[in-house]
Amino acid sequence: MGFGLGSLSFIGLGLYNEKGISIYGLERAKEADEVLLEGYTNMLPGLKIASLEKLLGKKVRVVDRKYLEDGKEILSSASKKDIALLVAGDPFVATTHVDLRMRAVKQGIPVEVVNAPSIISVAPGAVGLQNYKFGRSCTITFPMPYSDVPYDTLKLNRAAGLHTLFFLDLRTEEKHFMSVGEGIRLLMVMEHRRGEGIINKDLLLIGVARAGGPEQFVKAGRAQDLLSVDFGDPPHAIIVPGRLHFMEAEALVLFAGADKELVERNL
Amino acid sequence: MPKYKQTEEIIKLMSNKLNVRNIGTLAHVDHGKTTLSDSLLAGAGLISQKIAAQALALDYVEIEQLRQMTVKAANVSLLHERNGQSYVINLVDTPGHVDFTGHVTRSLRVMDGGVCVVDSVEGIMTQTETVLRQGMDEKVRPLLYINKIDRLIKELRLSPQEVQDRLLKIIRDFNGLIESYADPEFKEKWKVNPNKGQVAFGSALHKWGFTLPIIAAKGMKFSDIIDAYNKGDIESLQKEFQLDVAILDMVVDHIPNPVDAQKYRIPKIWKGDINSTLGQAMINCDENGPLVICVNKVIVDPHAGPVTTGRVFSGTVHEGENIYGLMAKTEGRIQQVSLYMGPYREITPSMSAGNIVALLGLENIRAGETLVRPPDRASMSPFEKMKYISDPVVTMAIEPKFSRDLPRLIDALHKMAIEDPTLSVKINQETGEYLIAGMGSLHLEIALWDLQQRTGGIEITTTPPIVVYRESLTKALGPFEGKSPNKHNRLYVTVEPLNEQTIQLIQQGTIHEDMDTKERAKILREQAGWETDAARGIWAIDSYINVLVDATKGLQYMREIKDTLVQAFRLDVGEGPLAREPIRGMLVKITDATVHEDPAHRGPAQLMPAIRDAIFQGFLTASPILLEPIMKLDMKVPQDFLGGVTRIVAGKRGRVVSMDQVEQTMHLMAEIPVSETFDMSDQLRSATAGKAFWGTEFARWSSVPSSLFAETIRKIRERKGLSPEPPKPEEFMSM
Ligand SMILES: Nc1nc2c(ncn2[C@@H]2O[C@H](COP(=O)(O)OP(=O)(O)O)[C@@H](O)[C@H]2O)c(=O)[nH]1
Repeated sequence: MGFGLGSLSFIGLGLYNEKGISIYGLERAKEADEVLLEGYTNMLPGLKIASLEKLLGKKVRVVDRKYLEDGKEILSSASKKDIALLVAGDPFVATTHVDLRMRAVKQGIPVEVVNAPSIISVAPGAVGLQNYKFGRSCTITFPMPYSDVPYDTLKLNRAAGLHTLFFLDLRTEEKHFMSVGEGIRLLMVMEHRRGEGIINKDLLLIGVARAGGPEQFVKAGRAQDLLSVDFGDPPHAIIVPGRLHFMEAEALVLFAGADKELVERNL
Repeated sequence: MPKYKQTEEIIKLMSNKLNVRNIGTLAHVDHGKTTLSDSLLAGAGLISQKIAAQALALDYVEIEQLRQMTVKAANVSLLHERNGQSYVINLVDTPGHVDFTGHVTRSLRVMDGGVCVVDSVEGIMTQTETVLRQGMDEKVRPLLYINKIDRLIKELRLSPQEVQDRLLKIIRDFNGLIESYADPEFKEKWKVNPNKGQVAFGSALHKWGFTLPIIAAKGMKFSDIIDAYNKGDIESLQKEFQLDVAILDMVVDHIPNPVDAQKYRIPKIWKGDINSTLGQAMINCDENGPLVICVNKVIVDPHAGPVTTGRVFSGTVHEGENIYGLMAKTEGRIQQVSLYMGPYREITPSMSAGNIVALLGLENIRAGETLVRPPDRASMSPFEKMKYISDPVVTMAIEPKFSRDLPRLIDALHKMAIEDPTLSVKINQETGEYLIAGMGSLHLEIALWDLQQRTGGIEITTTPPIVVYRESLTKALGPFEGKSPNKHNRLYVTVEPLNEQTIQLIQQGTIHEDMDTKERAKILREQAGWETDAARGIWAIDSYINVLVDATKGLQYMREIKDTLVQAFRLDVGEGPLAREPIRGMLVKITDATVHEDPAHRGPAQLMPAIRDAIFQGFLTASPILLEPIMKLDMKVPQDFLGGVTRIVAGKRGRVVSMDQVEQTMHLMAEIPVSETFDMSDQLRSATAGKAFWGTEFARWSSVPSSLFAETIRKIRERKGLSPEPPKPEEFMSM
């Protein structure tokens, strides 16, 4: 913005590598006095810092969760300089940066948001499901402490015939990510605990890996069968379809290799 | 005199429950417990022929040394003949040191009777009272042995009449303690009567002793003994009146056998369901019932590894079987079942209910453990929870002078920590130093001495002992808000001091974390003035005596975040904000919470800082104080030296609690802050020309005077490498 007042731009990188940034976002990042890259909420499978720096023509500083949550330093810089914060996906789809943005606004720092693709829109499209038929989404987290929220979310969505998108826990700092298989196993553990018959081994599920990039891999099948499928590198997600529209059913067979008979049972 | 038996005979004897007695000694330090145990062992050894043959190969000195060691180290079994019958007497080791009171309870739990050793010159001392009281808490029937009679005659030159008056006074005092501390049903039953042979008199040093029925049977009177001793006829006294016979006769006649004892003891010392299969098996001391062993002691044998000793309350334990430890939560295989007979460890294929046993091959078991067969792990509730009778109050860093000695040092410290659970050994992650913490400076002195023995005297350097403090608060305030770093979660807590009744109930182990919620709530309501809702909402009771209560009603996700909040609470009270010393006596109530629906946004990294901020903000606002440990000094000192002693006490911020005159000596009780006691022994010795006797014991936690408050905190913080000033409440407030 260049009023000498400083500014804070949240710029989405999309889901794969540095090339997911929009041309407008690229311009804003090039103009910024300082470029930060958030390194924890998500992980872009194809991103290399060196390529990003080459693309922007400047140094990029990777910052961690503590730094952004504390926020003091970034807000103080943004009150004097133009700061670009590059984030994976679309900046405000996950709730993580809302607090930082609110504090910036309260302090009178100009804020700009540059959008990019998000898993929320990419995953449904990748497997041919219709976005308006999704219910609430939710994260399956590593156990200890356990949470039953994924189970309750699925229960509510299924009762309404809606699809459910599960994000799978990703602890970038600990290099620890949840695979589709592990997510399914955890859902089964929840079923075992709750016993309300929401999840069984024949449930139709779709595993989604590295959505939104050239290495995207999706596979639909019975819960039991997907347990043993190797989905490769992170990040992964799981979709549990609700009632399928016939177009969706056909798309699942075509795009996600679903068994025709299995899909038809969910019509 | 050793009596030789075949192993099979011994096992047969031990399975005859009615002829088994489980006892230990109770005493004030220096009253003669060790000397007594030693003469019991010398007089009433029980060894098999197989071992006896090996024993012959040892010379007298070696046997003597072995015996000394065993007396200190193990539970031993003795054989005693009385009225034509053979009895097995299992002598449980009780720690003899003032500072180990926490450990005493575990020994008491496995014995049915105790021989209380009292020095006839000193009479009943504080520690006698302490162990006697603890003994009666565990339903251990005490008998009295008055020791060092020789001193009354030779040193004090008392006339026979004066001797008898002195002894009667001790017996009266003893019965007074029974009156005060025994359960109503035992108050009369357990008082001792010398005419019934419930009191023994003697000299452990000179190995003679008697009860009134024993001398009566020989047609003698009390004064005859005094005459004989005055004539210097010690040898015939030793022959006519063997001390071990007097003591063991008394034990056989007046200590209940395990079958009778377990009937009334189990409901008191074990909190599980008496009507369950396990409960009934223990009540009946049933050797065919499910196996239950309560461990009182673990020692590390240089050759055999950890030796786990304890009492079989029910069932029969066999070599080679698998066993489960309820505290350790692990299974282990028993490689050997054995018992200490006299100084020797005798291997047997099995051991049945009512006896004391030594097990080999269990690696992770510690004193206080309850052992059962793996299938019973879910249905068995452990013996009483750890009671918090004393906390470690002094700590020091320790290092070998030469780094080549480090492995030996570590090995010895490791063994010492296994054998004495009140001694804590930790490694400081930042400096790599080893830290040992104990119940008092004396405890650490003894630990260092022990360390020297075990390592063959390697050179070590230690830091001066450091006193452990506690942080506490004086006001009830709140609610205070804590936000998670991502700001999507907010928690609200109130903080307040726990009342004294609650602290007592926790300290005594009457209420603890794992007990039935309703029962706990009832006790807190009736005895500590709690509201029912708060009492039922208890989430955690930590070992530094702080309580976390969930006071929210019907909030979503509380169940899911409970474990994280409890874990955070324990960490937070372990290191308070004033000086990173543990917090004591704080009640935290969670009054409200708004948490994010998605578990990914309310993990431990988010919730732990949130609750910490709320608690510390409240704590620092609620007029915090620092608590220091106070030591009780119990001293007998000739009147002439009293002035010097009281000056020392006063110079150490101490306070004289009471002073009684007993003939020419003064009995002084005083309280002194532990931080002032490090050079006290030397000062007291020189001020009394070595003529005073004293013992020290942890008394209580007390607020550091306000004049020293800031300075003490600053010193602790600097020692820990923290900024000298404690944080302000605002620092735990987020924008
Ligand atoms: N004169 C005399 N001294 C005794 C007697 N029994 C023990 N002692 C001495 O008292 C001191 C303490 O005895 P000890 O058995 O170590 O006491 P503990 O601390 O209770 O185990 C030692 O010096 C013993 O020799 C006794 O009957 N007469």
